[in-house]
Amino acid sequence: MKSLRTMLMVLSALLVVVNPLAVHAEEITLLNVSYDPTRELYQEFNAAFAKYWQREKGQTVVVKQSHGGSGKQARAVIDGLDADVVTLALAYDIDAISEKAKLIPRNWQSRLPHNSAPYTSTIVFLVRKGNPKGIRDWDDLVKPGVAIIPANPKTSGAARWAYLSAWGYALKKYGNDESKAKDFIGKFYANVPVFDTGARGATTTFVERGIGDVLVGWENEAYLALKELGAGKFEIVTPSISILAEPTVSLVDGVVKRRGTEPVAQAYLQYLYSDEGQELAAKHFYRPRAEAVAAKYAGQFAKLKLFTIDEVFGGWQKAQQTHFADGGVFDEIYKPQ
Amino acid sequence: MHLVLKQPSVLPGFGLTLGFTLFYFSLIVLIPLSGLFVKTSSMSWEQFWDIVTNPRAIASYQLTFGASLAGALINGVFGSIIAWVLVRYRFPGRSLVDALVDLPFALPTAVAGITLTSIYASNGWIGRYLEPLGIKVAFTPLGVLVALTFIGLPFVVRTVQPVLQDLDKEVEEAATTLGANRWQTFRAVIVPELWPALLTGIAMAFARAVGEYGSVIFIAGNMPMKSEITPLLIMTKLEQYDYAGATTLGVVMLVTSFVLALMINILQWWSGARHMNQ
Repeated sequence: MKSLRTMLMVLSALLVVVNPLAVHAEEITLLNVSYDPTRELYQEFNAAFAKYWQREKGQTVVVKQSHGGSGKQARAVIDGLDADVVTLALAYDIDAISEKAKLIPRNWQSRLPHNSAPYTSTIVFLVRKGNPKGIRDWDDLVKPGVAIIPANPKTSGAARWAYLSAWGYALKKYGNDESKAKDFIGKFYANVPVFDTGARGATTTFVERGIGDVLVGWENEAYLALKELGAGKFEIVTPSISILAEPTVSLVDGVVKRRGTEPVAQAYLQYLYSDEGQELAAKHFYRPRAEAVAAKYAGQFAKLKLFTIDEVFGGWQKAQQTHFADGGVFDEIYKPQ
Repeated sequence: MHLVLKQPSVLPGFGLTLGFTLFYFSLIVLIPLSGLFVKTSSMSWEQFWDIVTNPRAIASYQLTFGASLAGALINGVFGSIIAWVLVRYRFPGRSLVDALVDLPFALPTAVAGITLTSIYASNGWIGRYLEPLGIKVAFTPLGVLVALTFIGLPFVVRTVQPVLQDLDKEVEEAATTLGANRWQTFRAVIVPELWPALLTGIAMAFARAVGEYGSVIFIAGNMPMKSEITPLLIMTKLEQYDYAGATTLGVVMLVTSFVLALMINILQWWSGARHMNQ
C-alpha cells in the first residue's frame, strides 16, 4: 500500500517534469516525397532548412523523406500518401498527380522560378578506366560491338531522359529527319544487353557485375559513383550535347491545406533556391540555377550544349505520348519483325 | 437423412464459423480480387483483347508460366529427395539443413535476386565457370528459371516431409517380405502415399513462382520479347498510369493461375480416389 503511494508520487512528479516538455515540443512535420538519387541531398538539405526555420520562426520542423522510383512515388501520392511536397524526376509525374488526384493545380510548373526545377542535371556516360572503346560522343554508342547500359525507359525516369537525349542528338545531326533519328535510336537500343528497371539498378549492373562498356545515366549519379567507388576504375565522358534534365518540385496543395502546413512547405521549396540550398545541390553534383553558385562550381561540371524537352519535344506530355506510351516509338524498336 | 443433419456436432457453432469463414474470405480475398475485374471492366472487349494478345505480352506469359512450371517440376524431384533424406536419415547437421530449407521462404525476394545475380553474373562465383562453357545464366531466361526454382523449394519439402514422417517403415518392410523388389516398393507403396502431397507442393511452388517479381527482376535482364516476365509488364503499365491495362494483364494471370490450380486439384482428387479404390 505504502509502496503504491510512493510509486504514484514518483509518477506524478515525473509527469510534472515531462509535461512542459511535451507541450513545448510542438513540432511541425513535413513529408517530402522524392525519387531515388536525391536521398543524400535531402538528408543534408532538411537539416539546413530545420536550422533556418528555427532561427527565423522559432519553430521546430522535422522533414521526413521518402524515396523510390519517380513514377511509383507519384502513384503513392495519388493513392493517398500525405506528401506536403513532391520533388520528382520528371514534370510528367507531377502532372499525373495534378490530373488524377486533383491535389495540385494544373499551372503548378509556373509557380516557382525556372520551371519549378531548382537544380538541373543532364545525361552523361560513365566508361571503364582508360576508355578502352574510345567513347567520345553519342555516335560512338551506336557502333557495333559497344555494349551500353541505360535503364528501361518504360520504368525509369533517368532512362527516359537518356532516350530523349539520344533522340535530340540524332535530330540535330540529321537536320530534324525523324526517320533517321528513329534509325539511330534503334541502333542505340540494339546495343543494350540488359534492362534494369531503375537508374540505381543500372549502375549496379555496370559497376558490380562488370557488364557493358558505357553506363548512360544521370550526371549526378555518375559523379557519385566515381566518388564512392574511387576514381581509379571509371571515367566520366561528357557528350557534345545532351538534354537539360529538370527534376521538378511542387507543393501538394490538397495536403498542405488540410494539414495546415502551407507556409512552412512553401518556405521549404523556396529555400531550395537560396544560396545555401543551391550550394548543397552543387555539392551533391546537381547543377545549380543561381548564377553566383554556378560560377563557383563551374570547374566541377564539364561544359556542353544543353537543350530542353520543351524546345525539342514540346513538353513531357507530348514526349510521353509519342515515345514511351504503349505502341509508341520505343515499343516499335522491339516489335517482332 | 433429416435426422442426421439435425444431429448436433461435438463442437457447436457451425453456422457461426461458416458465416465467419465467408466474411473473412470475402474481406481478404474476394473483394480485392473483384476490384481487379472492376478496373478492367472500364475497357471495351477490343482494347482488352489487344492488350492480352500483344506479342510482347504473349512472350511474357510463355516465360512466366513456362519457367514457373519448370521450376516447380525441378523442385518436385529434388524437393522430394531432400525431404526423404531429412526424414529417413540421421546425420550431423541435419536440423541445421532442415532449418535452412525455409530460408528461400523467409529471405526478402530482392535480396535473393541480388545474391543470385551476383553469383551467376559472368564475374560471379559460379558464373565465371559457366561462361567458358557457353552457359549464360544471369540476364537470360535461364536466370529466371534459377530464381523461380530457388524460391519454390521450401513448398515441396514442407508438404512432402510430414507425409513421409507418417509413412511407417514397417509398410516397406511388409512389402519386402511379400516379395516386392525395391522399385516395386517405391512404385506401389511409397509413391501413391506421397503423390497428393507432392502435387500440392508442386502446385504451391508453381503459384508462388508465377507471382514472383522481386527476385526475378534483378536476374532476368528484362529484355523485351526475351526475358520479360508478365509482372514486369504490369509494372510498366502502372508506370504510365495505365491502371486498366495493368489490371488486364493481372486478370490474365489470375484466371490462368486459377485454371491451373483447379486442374491440379482435380488431378489430386482423381489420384486420391483411385488410390482409395485399389
